[in-house]
Formats: sequence, C-alpha cells, structure tokens
Amino acid sequence: MTSKITTLTEAIAAYVRDGACIALEGFTHLIPFAAGHEIIRQGRRNLHLVRMTPDLIYDQMIGMGCASKLTFSWGGNPGVGSLHRLRDAVENQWPAPLVIDEHTHAGVAAAYSAGAAGLPFATLRGYLGTDLPSFNPRIRSVDCPFTGERLAAVPALNPDVTILHAQRADRHGNVTMHGIIGAQREAAFAARALIVTVEDIVEELPPAMNGVVLPHWIVSAVAQCPGGAYPSYVHDHYARDNGFYQRWDAIARERDVFLAWMDRHVLASRDHATFLASLREVA
Amino acid sequence: MSAWTRDEMMTVAAARLLWDGCVCFVGIGLPSAACNLARLTHSPDVVLIYESGTVGTRPDVLPLSIGDGELADTAACVIPLPEVFSYLLQAGRVDVGFLGAAQVDRYGNLNSTVIGPYDAPKTRLPGAGGATEIAAHAKQTFVMLKATPRSLVAKLDFRTSGGFLEGNGARARTSMRGTGPQSVITDFGVLKPHAESDELHLSALFDGMTVDEACAATGWPLKVAATVGTIAPPTKVELETLRALHARTREAHRRPVRLPA
Repeated sequence: MTSKITTLTEAIAAYVRDGACIALEGFTHLIPFAAGHEIIRQGRRNLHLVRMTPDLIYDQMIGMGCASKLTFSWGGNPGVGSLHRLRDAVENQWPAPLVIDEHTHAGVAAAYSAGAAGLPFATLRGYLGTDLPSFNPRIRSVDCPFTGERLAAVPALNPDVTILHAQRADRHGNVTMHGIIGAQREAAFAARALIVTVEDIVEELPPAMNGVVLPHWIVSAVAQCPGGAYPSYVHDHYARDNGFYQRWDAIARERDVFLAWMDRHVLASRDHATFLASLREVA
Repeated sequence: MSAWTRDEMMTVAAARLLWDGCVCFVGIGLPSAACNLARLTHSPDVVLIYESGTVGTRPDVLPLSIGDGELADTAACVIPLPEVFSYLLQAGRVDVGFLGAAQVDRYGNLNSTVIGPYDAPKTRLPGAGGATEIAAHAKQTFVMLKATPRSLVAKLDFRTSGGFLEGNGARARTSMRGTGPQSVITDFGVLKPHAESDELHLSALFDGMTVDEACAATGWPLKVAATVGTIAPPTKVELETLRALHARTREAHRRPVRLPA
C-alpha cells in the first residue's frame, strides 16, 4: 500500500486544480487554515468554494482572487461582524465577480449528508417562509410520495476535494477527531478526494468505538501540520484566538491593508510554521 | 449598585421569558447573554443548545463565536451538526428558538441577509445560518433587537426567516410547525402578536419608557395593546449576575492566546 502521508504542499499540488469544487470544512473548530493558505500560495484560480460558514479562511481566499463561486449558509465573522473581503466581492466584484449559491445551515447539512450517502438530492422540511428559494434556483421542492407533503429539495454536495483538519492520524491514513465536529464527516464522505491535515501522526490509533474516524480508504492524503487550524482551534491542543478574529475586522476592511497583511504573513511564508513565526514577530 | 441601562433591561426581560427545564436553541450575541442569565438565575436546568452541536452547555463566560471551546467543554454532549438540525430542530424537540436579526417587520418576519436588492446589495449581511429553520420549527421563538426605525421596519429588504408572513393566519396555513415569534424584546419593551391579525403590538414597556418613545423607535405605525404592562426593573441578583457574566467574559476574551508551537 502506498503511503498517504505526504506534505501539505504536495497534497494541494496533487489534488486541487484550478476550477475545482472544494470544501474546507470545520464549524468554528478545526478550520483548515494552513491548507487554505497553501492554496493561496499555489495561486489556484476559479475555484468553487463550499463551506457552511466561510469564516476568515474564505475571506482570505476570496480576497486573494482564488474563487469564482461560493456555496454557503452564513457568511460573517462570528461575534465580530462582516467578512469584508466577501462583502467587497459580492457588493463591488473585487477582486473578481463571485457567484453565490446561498442556503441555510439545515440545507447544507442535508446536502452534504445526501452527497455522503451517494444520493442525488436531499430533502428536508426547510426553507419555509424565506425568500431564498426565489433567488436560488437550486432550492426546489418535492412531494412526499407517501403523504403528499411538499418538502424542500437541494442537490447533493459532492466536492471534488474536501479538506479537513483533525487531531490525529495513524501511518495508514486513518484519521480521528473530537470536539465540535460540525458536518465534517458528511463532507468527507461526500468528497471525491479527501485531504486531512493533523496535529499528530501516530503509529497506531487507540480503538475508538463510536468515535469519529475517517477510514484510510476514503482519505487521499494526510499531512502533519501542527497549529494548522490557527486562528481557529483544536480541542486539547490550542484555543481559538478570539482576539485575532477581532483584529481581522480592521485588517480586512481596506483592500491595501488586507493585501499587505497577506503578502507579509501568507505569501512570504513558505509554510504554516513560518506563517505562525511571522505572527509571533508582530505580537 | 448603579441604575440599570436599557441594554441590561433588555437582556433581563428576555431572560425572564425562559423557564426551568425549557429546551432552548440559542442564537449568538444578545440571545446568548439572555439565555445564560436565565440559567444562572431562575432556570438552572434550562437546556441550552448552540447550533455548533453543543447540547446542554453551561459556559462560564459568553462565547464570541457559536462554537468556542468553552461551549464544548461545558456541554452535556456534543453532537454532529446535521443531527442538531434534523433530530432536534426539524423533529420538533426544541421549545424555544432565541434569535437576533438586523430587521424585523410588523408580522415578526426577520431579515439577516441583505440591505437593498439581493442582486445588487447595499449592505451584504451574513445570511440565514440556522435562523430560517429555527424560526420554522422551534415551538415558539423569541426575537431580540435594538429598536430604531431602521431595524423595526414596515417592509423587509429580504425575508430570511418567517414570522407570521403576511399575517392574519398566513403562517398557520403553511407547514411551519412552530407557533412563530411570541415575543420581540427591544430596548424599550416587548412586542407581542395580536391574536387575530398576528401584527406585533406594544405589550409592555420598561419602567420609565413611554408609548411615544416606543412609537418613535418603530418604523411602522405601532399599535398598542388594550393594556400595556410595565416590566419590573432588574432585581439586584439579576443585575449583579449579568454584570459579573459580562466582566468574566471581557476578561477571558482579553486574555492572549498562545500561538501554537
């Protein structure tokens, strides 16, 4: 069996193509920042980004011109305010026009679940009383064949590549995670290829009855990347840097300040360790 | 102890609406403070659910995001997000949904999506998140927002989450299972839906506020209930508990986080 253990640089180069549909998941917790930065460094373009909560990582990728389409359900800086780069793209088409495919959390969660199960669409009692279906032709309805009830239907989400961050993997490529796990398991099983960055790689994982395990045969590549979710967090490793999320508001507000920050900390850093070191210098 | 502010009164008035044992789906921001104040005062066994999948959570400080580690650390259990929306919310296992919004209209419909046209927005807001389905499926919802004629509006720019839709029983004719917004808590008092028209009426005022002030802060001609109650000022315990919670939160959020090595 060929090893799935690789570097983040090689994994992104091998699996993320221009124009691909990619999902970097992680609900507040375990957001794969290092992987997003590597995609920016490698200059990917025209990506269809999928994420329930775009968060700072998609703000950065959109602002750096990686994306042409966004599927999402809540696009803010949690507890702080706007994602200014996302807003600039939607309101002013800067740096490029961004097509939006907007949903609700329940709808995206259902669409990932359908994708993971190999079904063509998801159905839910959702999108009721909202204007969203009038603006998004991908939100449709289906009549229950048993009761006749009209239910919402959304197409399954099957990203070309899902990218996650997790606590640990073993040398075979099995991955475990714990804490807030959002819809990561569904996004992982829905994907055509799955890249996972982890804090640690161990020889063997302990038995994890009922635990969240992504089995090695659905995992395409694993890269060790300590701190890879920062400024998001990793339960039992490091806390969410709420101060950074608050400071991001001022960094992202103006285009030139944003570009200078990305240049100094992301583009000038060869990898995530260098990125973290560059933040320590200004701390 | 100094006199209370209207923001504090708003949180206290909202907290008083919850009851012990109630299963409550908590929105971030104003609702989060109110729900935890209820838990720390009159309702120690309220079950707080955040959409990150943290169920029965008892945070010592208020989270900045909907998924801070504090929420997971103090939760009775942490479940996958699809289960939160399907098994708990859609299946009708939530008593109260507590929501905020940028705009509310006279029928309790909410906008958190966009100001201006959807395709050419003046201000792009975060969007629905969990709110649309919370508004549809929680057995009832409470809405909190600061009142101005730009937040309590005659017509929404976009309807993100359904309240009573066009009113006069329109909601009851849909497959939305919950009963809709039963209280809108503002910083002057509380609005409640009229039994027949579903239109929000002024139901109660904070101590010291007037009907004229309420009408001036509302962007439609606000109707007033037959009797308008006065909401009792915060008790010493309510005020001390709320201020201590905010103080702990400020201190915790100020604490620098060590960058991962």
